[in-house]
Amino acid sequence: MRFLTGFILPVALALAWEAAVRFGFAQGRLMPPPSRIFATLYDLAITGELFRHIAATTARIMAGFGLGVVAATVLGALAGASKLSRDVMDPTLQGLRAVPSIAWVPLFILWFGIFETSKIMLIAVGCFFPVYLGILGAILSVDRKIVEVGRIFRLSTPALVRRILLPAILPAYVVSLRTGLGLGWMFVIAAEFMGAAEGLGYLLIDGQQLGKPDQILASILTFAVLGKITDSLLAAAAAPFLTWQDAFARRD
Amino acid sequence: MLLVDNIEKIYPNGAKALERVNIAVRPGEIVAVVGGSGCGKSTLLRLIAGLDRPTRGKIMLDGEKIVAPHPAVGFVFQEPRLLPWLTVAQNAGFGLDGVPAPERNERTREVLQRVGLADHAKSWPRELSGGQAQRVAIARALAPRPKVLLLDEPFSALDAFTRASLQEHLLDLWEAFRPTLVLVTHDVEEAVFLADRVLVMRPKPGRFVAEINIALARPRDRYGEALDHAKRRVLAALDHSLQAQPRGEELAPAAAI
Repeated sequence: MRFLTGFILPVALALAWEAAVRFGFAQGRLMPPPSRIFATLYDLAITGELFRHIAATTARIMAGFGLGVVAATVLGALAGASKLSRDVMDPTLQGLRAVPSIAWVPLFILWFGIFETSKIMLIAVGCFFPVYLGILGAILSVDRKIVEVGRIFRLSTPALVRRILLPAILPAYVVSLRTGLGLGWMFVIAAEFMGAAEGLGYLLIDGQQLGKPDQILASILTFAVLGKITDSLLAAAAAPFLTWQDAFARRD
Repeated sequence: MLLVDNIEKIYPNGAKALERVNIAVRPGEIVAVVGGSGCGKSTLLRLIAGLDRPTRGKIMLDGEKIVAPHPAVGFVFQEPRLLPWLTVAQNAGFGLDGVPAPERNERTREVLQRVGLADHAKSWPRELSGGQAQRVAIARALAPRPKVLLLDEPFSALDAFTRASLQEHLLDLWEAFRPTLVLVTHDVEEAVFLADRVLVMRPKPGRFVAEINIALARPRDRYGEALDHAKRRVLAALDHSLQAQPRGEELAPAAAI
């Protein structure tokens, strides 16, 4: 039931706008009513074009996100595990973090060309920092007192990692993955604005250039739905490991 | 036999936490160490546990020198320190990792039964009260059947009623398993109620200044004359040990957690 309450506001707004256009209070040329947006979506869907764009965008996200997450996890774990590597790496990475990721675009295009590689790299860079910061922060804030319990029971280093450190950092890590994925969706548009023949970002630009606001809104809507779905999938995949947490257990 | 032999502990900052500390604890004996905060009593316990190394001297358990946490030595911290992602039963069986699963389950069940939490085996730590959580911590320490159980102010965070019931509980467990108990506390009543012997420590540097034997049969009457008398002797020794020091300087670099 509570699940449905979330729909009241957007549905009411959509109906109100639909009515306003129907009864002639608004023109709806630049801001098409929901019926036109859905009609556009439907047209894109039956030709199969929509799915081609979704597939292209999703593939970029997955590749970029995957790459960013692997790099961030390895470097974050390294920086968390040893003070020396943290002292060596962290200042540089923090400095790079201060660079807006979009600023890399010209360089990436020169380095990797205008096709897939530069796009995936941009997404990877965007996903990297929240995950790196998340895992590093999680490792540094592991309760020393709980680690001491492991020492009392003479856990070997691998056992300490498996039985105490990993479960302790998992909640913060999942949060950082979700943040990273959110940024991934942001950067995939930026990447597709750089010039792409397919993808939801291409659909946006195409809609702008051809003056089709319904197509722009249809892609925005698709972005919203896909973003929400991928985030929910990520949360659902992590949930079985986090049932012990108050927040997850009490969620209904 | 647990032997603390001429221990000295100097911290890297130069502070001397313990000086010439000697104890011999018989198997199955209950020894309480009392003293004000910062007298080095927790440091002493951490040294016995092998969590820290002494600067000088050695700790022997049945002829074996303790240099790192030892399988025959259990530890109960001031806080329960349960792992929040494990159930009560998994927490209680945490130290039984090398034991085959059927036996591990059996021993976990037994020890949870002993602490009266068999019904909570599948609960999460967050669902427990403070006293229940500390009982799980005691069960976890006892499950590997240690010869020596060290307790660092284990009941100090609990309310008076829970504390009294847990003290009795601890004695029941001691009856059942007969481990050597070394208990650090600042609660004099707790010390005389539980211990065969109370050692009074004095700070800066930490050392023993008095030893009070309490040769009273158990169960003891918490409010009886005899315990009251013992309590006064401990208090007198503590008072004496405090007066010899200028007050208000008892900083605690050593005893931190």
